[in-house]
Amino acid sequence: MSATKARPSHAAQPLGSASILKKASISALVALVLFSLMIGVRTEAGPQGGLIYWTRFGELAAMVAAVFGGSIVIELLRQWWGPVDKDRVVPKPVQAAFAFVGRWLAPALLVFTFLVPVIFYDQRYILDLAILVLTYVMLGWGLNVVVGLAGLLDLGYVAFYAVGAYSYALLATNFGLSFWVCLPLAGILAAFWGILLGFPVLRLRGDYLAIVTLAFGEIIRLVIINWQSLTGGPNGVSGIPRPTLFGIPLTAGDDGLAARLGIEFSPTHRVVFLFYVILALALLTNWVTIRLRRLPIGRAWEALREDEVACRALGINTTTTKLTAFATGAMFGGFAGAFFATRQGFISPESFTFQESALVLAIVVLGGMGSQLGVALAALTMIGGFELFRGFDQYRMLVFGVAMVLLMIWRPRGLIGHRSPTVFLERNQAISSDLVKEGHG
Amino acid sequence: MSDDHILAVDHLMMRFGGIVAVNDLSFVAERRKITALIGPNGAGKTTVFNCITGFYRPSGGTIRLSHDDGRTIALERLNDFRISKQAKVARTFQNIRLFPGMTALENLMVAQHNALMRASGLTFLGLIGAPSWHHAEQRAIDLARIWLERIDLLARADDAAGNLPYGDQRRLEIARAMCTEPALLCLDEPAAGLNARESGALNELLLSIRAEQGTSILLIEHDMSVVMEISDHVVVMDYGVKIAEGPPQVVRDDPKVIAAYLGADEEEAIAVMESSP
Repeated sequence: MSATKARPSHAAQPLGSASILKKASISALVALVLFSLMIGVRTEAGPQGGLIYWTRFGELAAMVAAVFGGSIVIELLRQWWGPVDKDRVVPKPVQAAFAFVGRWLAPALLVFTFLVPVIFYDQRYILDLAILVLTYVMLGWGLNVVVGLAGLLDLGYVAFYAVGAYSYALLATNFGLSFWVCLPLAGILAAFWGILLGFPVLRLRGDYLAIVTLAFGEIIRLVIINWQSLTGGPNGVSGIPRPTLFGIPLTAGDDGLAARLGIEFSPTHRVVFLFYVILALALLTNWVTIRLRRLPIGRAWEALREDEVACRALGINTTTTKLTAFATGAMFGGFAGAFFATRQGFISPESFTFQESALVLAIVVLGGMGSQLGVALAALTMIGGFELFRGFDQYRMLVFGVAMVLLMIWRPRGLIGHRSPTVFLERNQAISSDLVKEGHG
Repeated sequence: MSDDHILAVDHLMMRFGGIVAVNDLSFVAERRKITALIGPNGAGKTTVFNCITGFYRPSGGTIRLSHDDGRTIALERLNDFRISKQAKVARTFQNIRLFPGMTALENLMVAQHNALMRASGLTFLGLIGAPSWHHAEQRAIDLARIWLERIDLLARADDAAGNLPYGDQRRLEIARAMCTEPALLCLDEPAAGLNARESGALNELLLSIRAEQGTSILLIEHDMSVVMEISDHVVVMDYGVKIAEGPPQVVRDDPKVIAAYLGADEEEAIAVMESSP
């Protein structure tokens, strides 16, 4: 008997018909409890304003029966299929094709992204969507520094996004500073908040770190809501100036870019301009992150994720290492926030809820923690894919959720789970995700 | 002569609540010598190590490290990463603590963090790709290559550390500690889990480190073949106190040591000690 062939016994042993029925009954029971209120009873506001309800036991029975039958079918399918592993689900030639695609995917995507405004010039909707996707790609890359490289679980990333957005909005509306002056300021202010958050959480790990960062995100939002005199409270800040091209506004007026170039003005010019601004910002984030990974600080981040105690034994100051990770991630969040403010022209606390943090974190985890390409693909899937499901109407969230679950079953460590080394002597070979740690916060 | 001591532990005391893990322990480790700290399980050896390497702050006593240049550093006042960064004391762990998801080469590069951090101008020079940074990085890679060659792992430099066999991981951890260019190398059971051939190679590695780098070594070890063969001085602990000290041959025949290791029956104990390789 060879040890490598041994499989977990529960997967190898076929279940008897009795236990299949038992499993199906349990599933049906759970379905009955769940659906008896969700489907069995329907309530609506009556004509007099009172609540009226009626029962739908037929539908309920059909649903429970479907769960019972479906459970049996799935169990039989599972026995027929055998244990799931990569080689069975994805045949070798397909894997080879994937490897080929993988090598050319990043350059191809980059070229395509540059051409998006050319290809879709007439389709405002696609351009807006592309800007949105790129904003999340940038946020994902920023959070990737904290979560993916340093292994610190940050649930309050939106705080830095908000700090960046409000920094620009307030500096621009109160002092008339231009976007290009405010952009670095927004990044610096966000990084400052990142360090401020970093100090109290230095000693925390894992779940505790997650809770404190989550609270920090909420605190920033609540401060924005309640500090009415500065931030305008729930009304937000409006009339945020649009970015200019070296001082030339992209407007229809005589001093606008179109007039100066002698071409007809079109509102699309500004959208295309914004597209290239966020693309440049995102690529800057990517470039800096890739460079940092190959510098001692980046290696220290990854070492911190792998084993903090060993880092200390090697003389690495874990405090400053963690703080720089927080600050770097926050700075990119701040840049993205400033861009968000200038694109929208209006910001309010509603744009910076926990949901945004969760979405960006989902992008990082789904992409494969630490992988730049993976995060970009995940942002495209999450934001673009969500738009694709618009046709499903009220089932949109359901379809989206199922897609996420399936993706995580297929790729538990994210789309691109392996890690590429930062330095090599002979061969640059990827490191399997089984070995790479996720960090303990 | 106190000049010959790299490490002087004086009346070291470590309490955890009501438990006294190390009680009034004093010993010295001589420069460019291998000092072994032995004792039965639970004798407090690793606690002593954690005090020396800054993972614990001692409840009492002093730990003095004297460098070649005459600097004397009070280790009990430093903590955490400063022990390695300023006092140049490196350590390995009883249960190997490599960075499993990083390659062998990357592990050795992380060990040179502080030197590389300076060379990269606290990251900024590195970010703009200054030539001085590239030279420093190349030197760091060369140093890592030398150590990989010495531990016979050059061919596996680009493999993940977590994928290496157990014995290779042990040696890689020692090489990683040496890449911090320490004055004192503390090894916590370096031979644990190694077979006879591997522990033979380990002996040679440690002897060559002492001879070529001039690094003083302090080691905890259960494997008597390692202790007896390479150590110059042996300190024996039991229940947190020192029970014997001296050259390996003397300690080996000390009845108190034999009793501590094998219980009261000395006749039997001597027989077992003699038969050990």
